[in-house]
Amino acid sequence: MLKINNLHAEVDGKEILKGLSLEVPAGEVHAIMGPNGAGKSTLSYVLTGRSGYEVTEGTASLDGADLLSLDASERATKGLFLSFQYPLEIAGVPALTFIRSALNAQLKARGEDEIKAPEFLKRARAQAAALKIDFDMLKRPLNVGFSGGEKKRMEIFQAAMLSPRFLILDETDSGLDIDALKIVSEGVNAMRAPDRSMLVITHYQRLLDYIKPDRVHVLAAGRIVQSGGPELALELEREGYDKYARAA
Amino acid sequence: MSLSAALETGDVGLLPSRRDEDWRWTDLRGLLRVLPPRALKASVATWGEGPFAGLVDETLVLAGGAETASLHVPEGVTQTIALRVISRGDTALQASATIRVDAGSKLVLMESYEGDAGAYVTSVDLNFELEPGARLERVALAMDGADGVLVSKAVAVLGGGATFTQTLATSGARRQRLETSVDHPGAGANVHLNGVYLLTGKRHADLTTTVRHMGVDGQTRQLTKGVVRDQARGVFQGRIIVEEGADRTEARMGHHALVLSDKAEVDAKPELLIHADDVQCAHGNTIGALDEEALFYMAQRGLPDGVARTLLVAAFVSEAIEGVQHDGARAVLEAWIAKAMEVSL
Ligand SMILES: Nc1ncnc2c1ncn2[C@@H]1O[C@H](COP(=O)(O)OP(=O)(O)OP(=O)(O)O)[C@@H](O)[C@H]1O
Ligand SMILES: [Mg+2]
Repeated sequence: MLKINNLHAEVDGKEILKGLSLEVPAGEVHAIMGPNGAGKSTLSYVLTGRSGYEVTEGTASLDGADLLSLDASERATKGLFLSFQYPLEIAGVPALTFIRSALNAQLKARGEDEIKAPEFLKRARAQAAALKIDFDMLKRPLNVGFSGGEKKRMEIFQAAMLSPRFLILDETDSGLDIDALKIVSEGVNAMRAPDRSMLVITHYQRLLDYIKPDRVHVLAAGRIVQSGGPELALELEREGYDKYARAA
Repeated sequence: MSLSAALETGDVGLLPSRRDEDWRWTDLRGLLRVLPPRALKASVATWGEGPFAGLVDETLVLAGGAETASLHVPEGVTQTIALRVISRGDTALQASATIRVDAGSKLVLMESYEGDAGAYVTSVDLNFELEPGARLERVALAMDGADGVLVSKAVAVLGGGATFTQTLATSGARRQRLETSVDHPGAGANVHLNGVYLLTGKRHADLTTTVRHMGVDGQTRQLTKGVVRDQARGVFQGRIIVEEGADRTEARMGHHALVLSDKAEVDAKPELLIHADDVQCAHGNTIGALDEEALFYMAQRGLPDGVARTLLVAAFVSEAIEGVQHDGARAVLEAWIAKAMEVSL
């Protein structure tokens, strides 16, 4: 599904990704762990097409389609979704209006019929209930004045409404309280499907107790320096990144 | 110095110029070397319907051959009236209207400035007199042509406990000024002044207001939102004066503008002049661009750039028309905003 090969990328002339390669097959959930500043968020921005991130070498494709030649909204339409480490506030645009506009824009770009208001609201109510989001909150401008944890919950709500093919979760667990972590993880697990994959960026093994990854990768100094099964996360939890820091 | 005095006498020397402090961003003397001939009696057939047709009890028109109007809302009555100012061709129009609202009455006035493609020069003077406890909701939509010049000056005097609620919406003109001056001599008067300007091309709009609190316990709430692109220029001058003795006045003024191109410009001068004690006054003024990070976030959700920008801009300005109490008039302004977005984005 997602294939990244020898990806080099720079920000403001500084190379952050230095030959990163990674494959996530359809239906799998992979975790990425790594020290602060390693380039995890940078990878998520490079994949989703944020301006200011320049790819100098390498390739990235989703379902065989080159991602790097598309603009950000086209990549989203291909099914790429990023749950932001720091979700943005969208002043004046109610959450529901925002999500419905986004969904319809994607459907339209894919040549499908737009979703009718009653059906959209029905789905929104069901998803909000599953994620224990107060429906009235969805009438407020998206993320404006929401708490850190509420914003993260709202990211997963948006993912559930947009049903993407590939999800990148960038520290979705940070800012969530113990109960919210469980609710959000259940929401993510409910999205696991044979034709959907995920990349879960986290610092804590705890999240991976809930969202069980098929593979775990260590990203250090702009590269994947080690990959393994779920047991790798436990090892990192015990030993930290010391040996990778030295390797890098 | 005023456009109406210049039109009255034919003397361009009486036009306000950039040397007049209050006109420094809306120079007329440098713009108009000669004044066009006076508008002849207009043929009613060319007027069409105004934007508020169907919402009002009665329509007053200011146009060539109909330069004055007056309106008196007697005690204890509620009226909804349209006031249309119609500018046509390369002509001058100097018009005025007097509007009185008696104690305990309510007037909803829906004003429209309707210009064609001509190089007209129009001056309108409006005098509002509100008796104690009277209520006026003024909604004005200025749809001038790109080559027209318009100055509209409204002067309102409020009795004690009177309420004046105003929302101005404009797409500007070659040069345009919509000025409002409100005096509160009475106690406890209540003023809401909102405005929206959406300017493209080389259009210019100037929203200037002066509110003077002279009685105690008065309240002013003011919010103006503007969006300029291309080479357009928006001007906001807001002055709130709290005279000695006007204690316990509460005044809040906000002006926020989005500048969407390098050559567009916004000039703003918010002023609070306070000479009384125990007042609560605040003002905020921001001029900025659309938030690039928010645009990326929206693109990541699949919104094409144009759609994302439209959503942000429409959300930005909508706050300034939320205060319109008349549902029909608010719907007209909402439709006007939606249309402006379609054309310009
Ligand atoms: N505009 C910029 N100019 C220079 N360096 C930058 C810029 N933006 C980010 N960086 C650097 O890129 C590196 C990678 O940052 P990134 O946010 O991808 O790290 P991360 O792995 O997500 O870290 P964290 O775990 O703290 O979230 C950091 O060293 C950061 O300082
Ligand atoms: Mg990060």
